[in-house]
Amino acid sequence: MLVAWFLISNTMANLEERRIASGFGFLGRESGFEIGETVFMRYNASDSYARALLVGLTNTLAVSIIGVVIATLLGTFIGLFRLSRNFLLRNAAAAYVEFMRNVPLLVQLFFWYAVITEGMPGPREALSPLPGIFISNRGIFFPTFSGVPELQGFNFAGGGAISPEFAALLIGLSTYTAAFIAEIVRAGVLAVHRGQTEAAQALGLTRAQTTRLIVLPQALRVIVPPLTSQYLNLTKNSSLAVAIGYPDLVSIANTTMNQTGQAIEGIAIIMAVYLTISLSISAFMNWYNARIAFR
Amino acid sequence: MRWARENLFRSWPETIATLLLLSLLWKTIPPFIDWAFLDAVWKPDSKACRASEGACWGFVVEKHRFILFGTYPYELHWRPALATLILIGLWVFSAFRAFWKSWLVAVWAVGLAVIGILMWGGVFGLRYVENERWGGLILTLLLTTFGIAAAFPLGILLALGRRSDMPVIRALSVGYIELIRGVPLISLLFMASVMLPLFLPSGVTIDKLLRAQIAIILFAAAYLAEVIRGGLQAIPKGQYDAAHALALPFWRRTYLIILPQALRIAVPALVNNFIALFKDTSLVLIIGLFDLLSTVKISLNEPAWTGFGVEAYLIASLIYFVFCAAMSSYSKSFEVRR
Repeated sequence: MLVAWFLISNTMANLEERRIASGFGFLGRESGFEIGETVFMRYNASDSYARALLVGLTNTLAVSIIGVVIATLLGTFIGLFRLSRNFLLRNAAAAYVEFMRNVPLLVQLFFWYAVITEGMPGPREALSPLPGIFISNRGIFFPTFSGVPELQGFNFAGGGAISPEFAALLIGLSTYTAAFIAEIVRAGVLAVHRGQTEAAQALGLTRAQTTRLIVLPQALRVIVPPLTSQYLNLTKNSSLAVAIGYPDLVSIANTTMNQTGQAIEGIAIIMAVYLTISLSISAFMNWYNARIAFR
Repeated sequence: MRWARENLFRSWPETIATLLLLSLLWKTIPPFIDWAFLDAVWKPDSKACRASEGACWGFVVEKHRFILFGTYPYELHWRPALATLILIGLWVFSAFRAFWKSWLVAVWAVGLAVIGILMWGGVFGLRYVENERWGGLILTLLLTTFGIAAAFPLGILLALGRRSDMPVIRALSVGYIELIRGVPLISLLFMASVMLPLFLPSGVTIDKLLRAQIAIILFAAAYLAEVIRGGLQAIPKGQYDAAHALALPFWRRTYLIILPQALRIAVPALVNNFIALFKDTSLVLIIGLFDLLSTVKISLNEPAWTGFGVEAYLIASLIYFVFCAAMSSYSKSFEVRR
């Protein structure tokens, strides 16, 4: 109690000294900064801080959701490859997992960002793997229903675009998390009793059918709980966006804190949002887990 | 031949997979070797680097002292170098089961004191170096070491608290663990770097390194607590009953009977946690400390060397990989034994 009073009284005195008004009143004020990229929402510098933070949240959710989907697909395949009879496939998958898990995610993000911004050609010499799709150091451009990307001046215009920051973050997050998911999938498959596979083969199912119809559904029960925590990790790790300049929630909250000095409120918002996301994902996964468990 | 038929070409889908993978390797490995070795520039000459098609290892040759030791005074680099070796030596020493005795604590205390004297100086005729100038590999290793050392007792208390019969203590432990595990480390680092100064009476300042260290400790404690709880749950119930039957008071029961067994069971998971913590210390870059990743990133800021990020981060990956792979193969050796 005494400690709490000591901390709070210090904080109040310090805030007074620095003339920082506490409270969330600042959220309604004009933000005055631009955000590089937005999904779904329109935004400009005359909008409020609240709207800026909301844009940040949608950006966090966008990269996390797409990342989770890619990481799950990639991770499942790599996990199954690790159990393959094929010598080359098995060892390639093992090397992938070993390397990805032992290098910090932040290093990997910087690496991918460097590969895109330094290794890719400029817009004029952009790579075009498929007609209409261009890869350059300014990002990836692809046609949409509203238009086709064309070279205008120093960059492409029209069609859809993925910024280098988003691309680096998405590649980094999903390839990193995929390595962890692969290990979970492998452990899940190994947990299914050998007799199940033998029984399936006795029934005349092929190897692919055995995996799809017999092993995977049973392995899922073991896989789902740790998978949940990987999805949570991916979402939390998306906050590393601040280091490569993708405007996610943390990055925008950071800008807001620097402009307004409302550090306590800013951090409270970040923590509240992540806690809400964490608790909702685990609630959903608990519900799903109860549904697929043995009855 | 028979080996190839059984392991590579057993069925049509496997043959196709093998051929695809072989062609992928054929397309990536030789160009990579060309880039990384044959066409690479090893001289620290940025003009030659820009003219060449290959990798620029000259960057690493030129900047290796800064990458390893940060802004530590150049002529005193032997001190952090020696400190790094001592710290690694302490870890390797502690990895042997035979040395898991109580005197190990004393060995660590002496080792850390020597490291402190080497890094700070100010005694025995060593020049004083303030900790704002520490950087590079030693900073990463120190943040990890002190993070684990301080988080460990806290984690044990939290794990015991979570299994306690007292509702208030249990609720506080659960609340703390779930709160910390629910938010990203960055938010804690921000909290430590902007909010900690607000909590303290005016006039008292606390330096950046210590603030980051506190955030890392608070973060690691929550994760360690869950691992230790796993160990506590894995002990057969008879052990708890037997300890009770001996009429030992709670702390002696915990210290003499429960913890030694729980921690032994938890060792592989603990090592995996150490790996995660070691990787996570790289996040202190975001609040402006000069750890290994920061020094790599900063050395790219010099105009002569901008644009060699791929080489720089490959080297950073390699250094982190060596440490993490060593720890993870150690953790695996426990699984084999069982």
